[in-house]
Amino acid sequence: MDAVLGQLYAGISLGSVLLLVALGLTLTFGQMGVINMAHGEFLMAGAYTAFVVQQVIGGAGLALLIALPLAFLVGGLLGVLLETTLISRLYSRPLDTLLVTWGVSLVLQQLARDVFGAPAVEVRAPEWLRGNVEVLGVPFTTGRLFIVVLAVVAVAVLSAVLRFSSLGRRVRAVVQSRGLAETSGIDSRRTDRLTFFIGSGLAGIAGVALTLIASTQPYMGQTYIVDAFLVVVAGGIGQIRGAVLAAFGLGVLQAFFAYSQSVSTAKVLLLLCVIAFLQLRPQGLFSVRTRSLV
Amino acid sequence: MSGRFGSRAVVLGGYLLAAVVLFGAAPALLSDFRLRLLAQFLCVAMVAVGIGLAWGSGGMLTLGQGVFFGLGAYIMAMHLQLSDAGPGGRPAFMVTGSGLPWWWELFRNPVTAVLGIVGVPALLALLLGLGVFRRRVKGAYFAILSQASAAAFALLLISQQNTIGGSNGLSNFRQFFGFALSDPVNRRMLYFIAAGVLIAMVAVVHQLRRSRYGELLTAVRDGEERVRFLGYDPALIKVFAYVVAAVFAAIGGALFVPIVGIISPNNVGVVPSIGFLIGVAVGGRATLLGPVLGSLAVSYAGSTLSENFESVWIYLQGLLFVLVVAFLPGGIGSLGGVLRGRRRRPGGVVGEGIGHGPPGPPLVDDAGPERAPADARGGGA
Amino acid sequence: MRQDYLEIRGLRVSFDGFVAVDGVDLTVLQGDLRFLIGPNGAGKTTLVDAVTGLAAASGSAKFDGTELLGQKEHQIARAGVGRTFQTASVFEQLTVLQNLDIAAGSQRRRRSLLRARATVPDSVQLAMETTGLTTLRDRPAAELSHGQKQWLEIGMLLVQNATVLFLDEPVAGMSAEEREQTGELLRRVRRDHVVVVVEHDMEFLRAYADSVTVLAAGKVLAEGTYAQVQADPRVQEIYLGPGSRGPGHQAVH
Ligand SMILES: Nc1ncnc2c1ncn2[C@@H]1O[C@H](COP(=O)(O)OP(=O)(O)O)[C@@H](O)[C@H]1O
Ligand SMILES: [Mg+2]
Repeated sequence: MDAVLGQLYAGISLGSVLLLVALGLTLTFGQMGVINMAHGEFLMAGAYTAFVVQQVIGGAGLALLIALPLAFLVGGLLGVLLETTLISRLYSRPLDTLLVTWGVSLVLQQLARDVFGAPAVEVRAPEWLRGNVEVLGVPFTTGRLFIVVLAVVAVAVLSAVLRFSSLGRRVRAVVQSRGLAETSGIDSRRTDRLTFFIGSGLAGIAGVALTLIASTQPYMGQTYIVDAFLVVVAGGIGQIRGAVLAAFGLGVLQAFFAYSQSVSTAKVLLLLCVIAFLQLRPQGLFSVRTRSLV
Repeated sequence: MSGRFGSRAVVLGGYLLAAVVLFGAAPALLSDFRLRLLAQFLCVAMVAVGIGLAWGSGGMLTLGQGVFFGLGAYIMAMHLQLSDAGPGGRPAFMVTGSGLPWWWELFRNPVTAVLGIVGVPALLALLLGLGVFRRRVKGAYFAILSQASAAAFALLLISQQNTIGGSNGLSNFRQFFGFALSDPVNRRMLYFIAAGVLIAMVAVVHQLRRSRYGELLTAVRDGEERVRFLGYDPALIKVFAYVVAAVFAAIGGALFVPIVGIISPNNVGVVPSIGFLIGVAVGGRATLLGPVLGSLAVSYAGSTLSENFESVWIYLQGLLFVLVVAFLPGGIGSLGGVLRGRRRRPGGVVGEGIGHGPPGPPLVDDAGPERAPADARGGGA
Repeated sequence: MRQDYLEIRGLRVSFDGFVAVDGVDLTVLQGDLRFLIGPNGAGKTTLVDAVTGLAAASGSAKFDGTELLGQKEHQIARAGVGRTFQTASVFEQLTVLQNLDIAAGSQRRRRSLLRARATVPDSVQLAMETTGLTTLRDRPAAELSHGQKQWLEIGMLLVQNATVLFLDEPVAGMSAEEREQTGELLRRVRRDHVVVVVEHDMEFLRAYADSVTVLAAGKVLAEGTYAQVQADPRVQEIYLGPGSRGPGHQAVH
């Protein structure tokens, strides 16, 4: 029983990480139909932001609290830069965007290597995130718990923004019908940029969170990006509730597969699960219905 | 392209030229070391030819060709290790553990090994392709799934330390179907095999492109849904190109093994899989020769630069992706046309009009009901 | 000679609860040039979508004894039901000849697909002549004018070897002369086809319709000759009546 709970916790914490990474992706994929392969590097940028802040400030606790909003800003600005310079030219060619942003991610990785060096840098976790808490009698590290909380908060805030703010209304309008949104006076270009800012900023936050449980190095983005894309695909594009379900579903599934098999077999099984799932629901869990001609 | 007056002479001349360069000039001019390098590039170019068909002509952005490359390579490597070990023997790296896994045993026989190199990837591509295309999963979804398959495959290989060499992969092959690999003459023979196979693959793609199937494939790329209403099942059309691309990649992998002498998960994962695409994009994805030439050029640049300036090469790779795909989607070959102000007929300038087309359905990624959000922008009207 | 017909019974299409086609019965005989009219959003395109497999529907649509509903698009096309699209959708990168050749080829044997086209098939040649595209044979479809694209699309329908032809607003955006030619063409093909034309243009309708079905809010409102339908007060109300210009621009396509 404890083993099952243990795996469940592992799955939930993995799911939270995936969710944090996938939230921004699903937002930009849903609205603009583009796949940003450099999303993982925005995450890496967030993690290095945490590193730099800690170098400057010293105190791990305070540094973490400062790094979170700062990384959001760093990721967001990188995203806007990418959107305005490259992606905005490529909206009619979503598949090409994928390759272009892959090129960007190569450059960013190498840049990080040249600036910070190839080996991982150390980001210390604050005192209060180093222990364990017992949940139902089974230990859960506070670092992971923090990530779960962060993911939940991110989802809540994002949903609230989408539902209640005027930006959210514009985003939803553009997602459902870009043409109609434009004719009703929405500046869809500006909305795109804002979405990109938020989506990429979320990657920055995810990066800070990851410093608590993973090593901070130039290739850390690549570790999660493929799985995060699977989350987006399985969840249905542009669907936050889809992303939530898919992230935790895949996280828990992987944890249990990894428990009974090996991590690598777990990955293969996971992929097969997603493909099998797409046989049932080719558009993912949820999908926006828009009418399209043939 | 096809059917034009005198085109036959041009085509024959082209093949002749390729044969002269690859079979005459290159072996005469290059040192053994360089020739081996060229042979290695030819193997990578085989993957590129297949990608040109699947992606350039068929619009399927496959980011997982490393899986097929790897299958071909590992099957070949297993066979070579077994034949080095002699009848009933076991490969040297498998010191511990009990018996040889049954799937190693399968490839001891040279005939089954060759059949496996072609058949296993073909079967996998068929199953994957049917599963995915039948359900109309396409565009970015397909790209992501193919990439995930490369990631999973590499991890799987890494985890199999005892049976398949883990992250070290398989290496130290002594002979190739009875020919000692230490003998320079045999190494030269391997180069000639690779050159011949590559030319044959280009010929196959050439025929496919000018056939009715090729037209159909382009039609599916540009309007999958429309093709349906003409009574075709686009899934089958796509699967065929996908399988051909997979087999080409596998053969490239299989020849890579004796030529380079090692295959490891590093050659098949996410990064090398997407790396196969640079050359195709640079050379011009929708052209016949673009993928081959682009791939050879990129391989050459890569090996020259990364010897001394590893980081420069990575920056260059990234920039190539960015600049070529974003600004020259037809490849370098379209540079002249683009500079001349795109005066020529739409569709004629950029390869076969990738991306720069006149207003119309978004290319490559077709406008089907599944791709709703992007449709709302691109299709519509 | 046997007379083919299309028989639709109780056809119903709903999108998330919104019923776009609501229990439509429709029978169209070969030789009868049937026009399907109705205000924007009446469900005309959706009806065609349902019968050709693009939209999921309940009820029944039978042609030649086979049930069409529930089959895949390409199976329905192979069963002899062809359609055009409201927005001309031809393969822009391919030439006129290639477009038509593909349309003509779904029954070709697999192996023959691997060869290049040696000669222009007769049906394709004929279709190019009928649609006046012979001189544009080797032009990419992207270069055609709007009207020419629609002609090409009609040509593709003709070579497709379909017996039931659905044309969704085929003359929209055509010049008067082009309209006339299209009308004449439709008259000719109706002899051996079951033809359903979705159209808005009343002039065109009056000139060429043998019979008319009026659709409104997903239901059949009236059916008969042009004169009968025109005289129907309910139809008049829809088209002319107070505050009844139909749902207006809300139809997407
Ligand atoms: N995929 C869809 N999802 C939701 N509503 C749709 C969809 N397709 C059509 N509709 C709605 O169904 C109604 C009928 O549309 P349509 O068949 O295009 O009308 P018509 O062709 O007669 O102008 C319209 O109100 C339209 O908005
Ligand atoms: Mg309509």
